[in-house]
Amino acid sequence: MIKSAHFEKIRTLAVILIALLLTFLIIAIISDDPLRTILIFLVEPVSSVSHLGNVVEMAIPLMFTGLSVVLLFRTNLFNLGAEGLFYFAGIVASTIAIHWTLSGWLHPIVSILAGALTGALLSAIPGILKAKWNVNELVTSLMFNSILFGVGLYFLNYKLRDPQAFSNSSYKLQPTALLPNLIPGTRIHLGLILALLCIVAVHYYMYRTKWGYELRMTGSNRSFAEYSGINTTKVIITVHLIAGFLAGMGGSVEVLGMYTRFQWTSLPGYGLDGALVALLAKNNPLSVIGAALFLAYIRIGADQMARMSDVPAEMISIVQAVIILLISAEQFLKFWKTRMLLKEAGIRE
Amino acid sequence: MSNFFDILFSTDFAFSVLRVMTPILFAALGALISNKAGIVNIGLEGTMLVSALTGVIVSAYTGSAWVGLLAGILAGVAIAALLGFFTLKFKTHIILGGIAVNMFASGGTVFILYLVSGDKGASTSLKSATLPSLHIPLLQDIPVLGPILSGHNVLTYVSLVSVAGLYYLLAKTPLGLRIRSVGENPQAAQSVGVRVNRVQFVSLLISGFFAALGGAYMSMGYLSLFTRDMTAGRGWIGIAAEAVGRSTTIGTFLSSLLFGAADALANALQILKIPAELVGTTPYVVTVIGLVVYAVAETKMKKRKMTKKELKKAKQV
Repeated sequence: MIKSAHFEKIRTLAVILIALLLTFLIIAIISDDPLRTILIFLVEPVSSVSHLGNVVEMAIPLMFTGLSVVLLFRTNLFNLGAEGLFYFAGIVASTIAIHWTLSGWLHPIVSILAGALTGALLSAIPGILKAKWNVNELVTSLMFNSILFGVGLYFLNYKLRDPQAFSNSSYKLQPTALLPNLIPGTRIHLGLILALLCIVAVHYYMYRTKWGYELRMTGSNRSFAEYSGINTTKVIITVHLIAGFLAGMGGSVEVLGMYTRFQWTSLPGYGLDGALVALLAKNNPLSVIGAALFLAYIRIGADQMARMSDVPAEMISIVQAVIILLISAEQFLKFWKTRMLLKEAGIRE
Repeated sequence: MSNFFDILFSTDFAFSVLRVMTPILFAALGALISNKAGIVNIGLEGTMLVSALTGVIVSAYTGSAWVGLLAGILAGVAIAALLGFFTLKFKTHIILGGIAVNMFASGGTVFILYLVSGDKGASTSLKSATLPSLHIPLLQDIPVLGPILSGHNVLTYVSLVSVAGLYYLLAKTPLGLRIRSVGENPQAAQSVGVRVNRVQFVSLLISGFFAALGGAYMSMGYLSLFTRDMTAGRGWIGIAAEAVGRSTTIGTFLSSLLFGAADALANALQILKIPAELVGTTPYVVTVIGLVVYAVAETKMKKRKMTKKELKKAKQV
């Protein structure tokens, strides 16, 4: 018998199932050859080493931003600033990767650290404003996204731009700064190890340390945490610092791992995707791995589908929206849980 | 430099301020009405995009700009209804619901555009209609004011009338009273018999209605076609304008006007070779500074009240 304790897992699976069914439905309506298209969508991402590699590559930035958002959501902070931090940290990391000369192993470390620290410091601003004066962190973080994008784009167009490149992209990043490849035949880079290390560290931090306990307490009830002697101001600022650090690291790693020039002329969207990953992971650090891989899988599936059939890849954004709506819907399938609980109670009597 | 001031004090510039302000004002009014009811609708940007596309497609197929506008409005209200259904019935968090709307819109509009026109960038292949501009008799003959205020797109006038309408709705009608009471204290409102969910749902619908008008203006007035991500952050600037306007109708209108001017100025400033990227961030910087100033003042006031209370208590003892 299914226990009510597993309800959350079942619900997540149900949402994923509904999302996939919806995908099939859209494909069936649009495609001339629906079965083949669905097969491409499902099988192509896992059909070859290089496609599997694509899935993992795409999951790396999602893991970083997902982890960043998990920390914030867990503290009950609705901060969506990962988007701007990710972008701006990418700019900072590429500036160092272009203009500094350092030896092989030191160059990426310095670039990534610079990006991550920039992320942490910039993220601290909405954090301090929230903690000290209760300024709504949602609005400030959204404004910061636009500000950081504007300033970042200015840097790209006026300081980093290579006039000889065809598109709006920066000078070439120096080869010493690029992250080494892990698995031949794919573009999976060292960032994967870094992401996994961060996930394990955040898991440890959240569940095995005093600070993590304080974080979770503040998240469930800030006033109560304050009364029980937790310095919630400090907790909120610390969480913002760590979350910004992770988002910034994600942006730097993505640039140095996947590109030879900086070329984002619009926000890449990984920050908001981070919110989706955090939702799928139920704000659990370790589950971020699975959630990011799943999201990457359906995206690569959609990309391949666009390439090999008549259905455009943008379809996937409709599916993502449905996943967000359903998975964060507390009441969705709740009747089922109630029934399960009643049944369990009945058995015990 | 003198060249720059010539532009700044020309009637053309004042005209363009109103033109640029219109979508921001619509979004800000949408943010205002939902915030008043205590629900933060951050899906405005996405709602605008969907309405902009719907307006273009329907007007292209029917040949009528008005039918297109109506369809755009219906689409916006439908999105708001969906958002309301999920947040109020299924208890989806409103912010996450808003993210979902934006995510749906940014990809979904490109998807639908591609299916309809075979192009992923712009709706150039669709022969869509535009809403007419109005030349107001008498007003247009007044020097200076005439060229500034007359000749705008019909939706620009609608946006100005909407400010008055929304002010009236919130301040003078029973529904407005309910909306404000629900936003201020839902439990108290419920205890006197206000149906909180229903009031919030209605506010969301009105919010979607305004966002839809802003979107329709973008593709059928400001420009005469739909392009990918054409709202370009105007929904967010609207949210910012509402925040800077301290959730008052007049304040929201004035800050929308200010942000419209900043936007128009950004174009003028390019003559001075000040990078547009940086000028574009002004509304957001102003908003952050504004929010901080308000919040600091409020915290100080609270503290002062607290110390006064403590003093009183000490005296009583």
